[in-house]
Amino acid sequence: MRIVLNKDSMNIEKEQDVVPFRNRVKEYAVKIGMSVVNQTKLITAASELARNMLKYAGGGITKIEVISEGRNSGIRLIFEDKGPGISDIALAMKDGFSTGKSLGIGLPGAKRLVNEFEIKSSVGEGTTVSIIKWKNG
Amino acid sequence: MKQDISKLLQKKKKNIIEDWMNMQLADAGLREDLMSNDELREQSAELIDALLKAITEQNLDDFNSASFNTVYEILSGISISRARQGFSPRETGVFVFSLKDAILQTLIIELKNDQETLIEALVAMNKLLDNLGIVTFETFIKGREEVILRQTDEITEISTPVIRVWDGILALPIIGTLDSARTQVVMENLLQNVVDTGSTITILDISGVPTVDSLVAQHIIKTVAATRLMGAECIISGIRPEIAQTVVHLGIDLSNIVTKATLASALKYAFALLKLDVKRIQKEK
Repeated sequence: MRIVLNKDSMNIEKEQDVVPFRNRVKEYAVKIGMSVVNQTKLITAASELARNMLKYAGGGITKIEVISEGRNSGIRLIFEDKGPGISDIALAMKDGFSTGKSLGIGLPGAKRLVNEFEIKSSVGEGTTVSIIKWKNG
Repeated sequence: MKQDISKLLQKKKKNIIEDWMNMQLADAGLREDLMSNDELREQSAELIDALLKAITEQNLDDFNSASFNTVYEILSGISISRARQGFSPRETGVFVFSLKDAILQTLIIELKNDQETLIEALVAMNKLLDNLGIVTFETFIKGREEVILRQTDEITEISTPVIRVWDGILALPIIGTLDSARTQVVMENLLQNVVDTGSTITILDISGVPTVDSLVAQHIIKTVAATRLMGAECIISGIRPEIAQTVVHLGIDLSNIVTKATLASALKYAFALLKLDVKRIQKEK
C-alpha cells in the first residue's frame, strides 16, 4: 500500500520557475536520503517534464509527494497542464520525435530515468504526467 | 441587556460570508483570470471559520493574543500565494477590507437597538480587522521580495568569463543553468574570443551546471558545432558521474564530442593536440 507522507505543489508559469522547482524536488530527494545518482536522474526527468509543460502548454501545476510503500520510500511528481493535449501518445514517446525544434528525447528520456511513468492526455483538455522515483531503485 | 458579540457573529456567519462574497465579486478589481470564484469562496470560508473560532469576548481588543495565530497563519498563506500569482496589492487588500465591511454591516443591523454595545463592537472589530490588513501587506511584500530575490539569483548566475589558460587554449567555466539566452551569451563570448586570441582549442567546463537535461545538452551541442565551424576544437569537461549516467539514460548522443571528466584532463588533452609536453624539471647534480 502506498502512503503519501508529504504533499507540496508549485506552479510552473515561466522559465524562471524551472530552477526553483528543481531545487524543491532536490530538497525532498535529499530529505528521504536518495543517492546522488538517483537524485540527479529524478531532477533531470523533472526538468524535462517541467520544460515540456512550459513549452507546449504554457505552464501548469506540479505536485511533489513523498510516498512510502513498505520499507521503500520515494518521490512522486505529478505534472498537470491544461494545454492542447497529445493526440498520439505512442508517437510522442518515441525517441527523436518532436513537434518543436528539440532533440525529441524529453518524454522517452524522462521515462527511462524514473521507475514509474504514467501519462494521460486528452486533446483540448490537457496532459497529466505522473512519475515515481524510489529511493532504492 | 448586553449581547455577546462573538456568539452573535458565529450565528450570523452565513450572512457574513454571503455579504463578503458579494462584495468581493462586485469589486471591479476581481481577478477571475488568476483565481476562480470557487477557489475564492474556499479561501474566504477558511479565513472566516478561523477568525470566528478565534474571537472570544475576552480577546476582542487584544489582537496580539495567541488565539489569533491560526488566523494570521491562514491570512499569511493567502497573501503570499497571491503575491506569487501576481495579484496587485489593491486586489489583495480588498480581500480583507471587504470582510471588514461585511462584518460591520452585520453588526450594525443586529445591534441597532443597543447603541452602546454596537459602538464597542465596532471599535473592537475595526481594530482587529485593520490589524489583519497590516498582516496581509507585510506578508504580501515578503512574497514579492522572494520573487525579487529569486531574480537576483538568476542574474548572478549569468556571468560567463572566458579564461585564456594557455597560448591557444581558452577555458569557459559555466556555472548555473544553461538556458537559451545564456547559451547565446556564452557562444558569442566564446566565438569572439576565439577570433581575438587566435585560439584553436576551447574547453567548456560544465562542473558548475547542476542539471544536464536535453535542452542543456542541445545547447552544448550547438556551441561545439559553432566553435568547430570557426576552426577550433571544443572540449567539454567537468562531466560528473551522475551526469554521465543521466545523459546515457536520457539517450543524448554526445559521442561526436570530446568529453573529459575534469578540466585538468581536458587541458592535458589540449596540450597533446598542440604537441606540448609538460615536464618536471630535473635538478642538476
